[in-house]
Amino acid sequence: MTRALRLLCRRLVGSVFVLLIVVIGSFLLLEAAPGDAVDAYIVSTGGDAGMIELLRHRWGLDQSELTRLANYLWALLHLDLGQSVTFSRPIRDVILERLPTTLILMGSATALSFGLGSALGIYAGARPGSFRDRFLSIGSLALYAVPGFWLGLVLIVVFAVDLRWVPIGGIETIASGKTGLAQATDIATHLVLPVSALGFIYLALYLRMMRAGMTEAWRQDFVLAARTRGLPRRRIVLAHVARNALLPLVTMLGLQSAQMLGGSVVIESVFAVPGLGRLAQEAVAGRDTPLLLGIILVSAVLVIVINLAVDLAYAFLDPRVGASEASA
Amino acid sequence: MNRLHRFFRTPEAIAGALILALLIAMALAAPLLFSGDPQAIAGPALLPPFHDWSLPLGTDRLGRDVLAELFHGARTSLAVGLAAAAAALLIGAVIGTLAGFAGGLVDEVLMRITDAFQTVPSFLLALAFVSIVGPSLGVVVAAIALGAWTGPARVARAEVLSIRERDYVAGARVIGMHPLEIAFREVLPNALPPVLALSSVIVAAAILTEAALSFLGLGDPNRVTWGGMIAEGRTVLRTAPFLSIIPGVSLVLTVLGVYLAGEGVVESTAVRRSLS
Repeated sequence: MTRALRLLCRRLVGSVFVLLIVVIGSFLLLEAAPGDAVDAYIVSTGGDAGMIELLRHRWGLDQSELTRLANYLWALLHLDLGQSVTFSRPIRDVILERLPTTLILMGSATALSFGLGSALGIYAGARPGSFRDRFLSIGSLALYAVPGFWLGLVLIVVFAVDLRWVPIGGIETIASGKTGLAQATDIATHLVLPVSALGFIYLALYLRMMRAGMTEAWRQDFVLAARTRGLPRRRIVLAHVARNALLPLVTMLGLQSAQMLGGSVVIESVFAVPGLGRLAQEAVAGRDTPLLLGIILVSAVLVIVINLAVDLAYAFLDPRVGASEASA
Repeated sequence: MNRLHRFFRTPEAIAGALILALLIAMALAAPLLFSGDPQAIAGPALLPPFHDWSLPLGTDRLGRDVLAELFHGARTSLAVGLAAAAAALLIGAVIGTLAGFAGGLVDEVLMRITDAFQTVPSFLLALAFVSIVGPSLGVVVAAIALGAWTGPARVARAEVLSIRERDYVAGARVIGMHPLEIAFREVLPNALPPVLALSSVIVAAAILTEAALSFLGLGDPNRVTWGGMIAEGRTVLRTAPFLSIIPGVSLVLTVLGVYLAGEGVVESTAVRRSLS
């Protein structure tokens, strides 16, 4: 366990630096945005030049850039992301309210794309070069070329408008008063289409990685050894070839999390799912730069945490990871 | 000629090349075939496709010619995709070369910055950048490049790390060339091939990102974009689905064409290892 712990420590130190760069970057973007918090405040409440002067002084906006950066960092350390103009509430509260929805959406979409993608990848990679392999390879490439928001619209037209199987959008039936299991089923039926739209795009990625990894693994000596031992083909495919191709996919899970957060912005907009992505779009529409940057910071933290978890899982799955550093 | 032969060996590569050729022809012909403003009203609103042969693909909610919009949209997609990918490859190659060649603290700092850019979802970054600076074609290109340069930077750095130990680099040092001159005249050109191999993926991603930005209303308002057309068509999705389907299918075919052609190029240049 010390091996995983050491890995975790090293990654944590690196992550702090990365996060610091993200914070400084978002501070620079905030500075570049036209207008500041006082302007936004005055627009919504009204006030004269004297009041502007007073507020700038009280909020520390008349100080040097470095002092303002220090103030910004200090506030972030206290988990204070500032005040949202469009919602007139602390940004932290608004984001925390929307975060669970996005996590459910992302988690389900990841499970769908990883599960189905690797299963199809195994099916294709079991016989490299065969017809089904070629068909699945081209098909997955075509799927990967589909813009997520457009796939969402097509799904809406087919399954919500024409077939009326599932609701068009939203996260649950408004004011239905459902609780417990009924509410969970209600949310699940609302999420079928957005999860499919988000998951199917990334499915192609896992399929192609699995297939490529398996094609590579077929050439290894241990596969030849397994063959000479007369193991059944199914067992060679699953326990020897696919198993060795699976590890890179776990890494991809972490790397892909940032992409999926970005993808959820458009998907949540299309399906009117009240999550973090839709919040980002609302922040853009309301010209609420601090809120937008708050979302970016929270996403960055989320991506870092997911990647740390993946690294730990990887160290757990593959004893070679981090073993060379044990002596150092 | 030999390489061209090898490129056209697989049906996938041929299909990709055909799609790309068609797209480039559309983009080039747009101002000739549809010289007027594609955003001008051309006929009655919501005319379905294949009803009036002067407006083959019909009209949208405001009575604009869909075919003219499609042609001009191809222009925008292609221009943004190529420009953003070129910018991303250039930034990535320069930063990767600097990091790999300088090593030490410079390498450490540049790679942490690369990490930071990879940590922030690139679409959110593009969204924030465009909404702060204001939507125009140049800003959209910059916003997309901002999130796409990290891949090329990592590949360039890895390549430079192996190249900088070669003899001709040591030779350049001995004859007293400036380290920056060595980095950019001797090392960078040799590190380029694996970086350029990423171009098709980056162009495809750039086209998709541009479409998504336009779909959310953050494209250049003075230009027709396929993403913007889909967003327009979305408001009449139940009555006139073709308005969203036509530009969407064009996007899918374009991106697929880029992927297929890219794979064809990679397969024709790489020494193919035989299967089995």
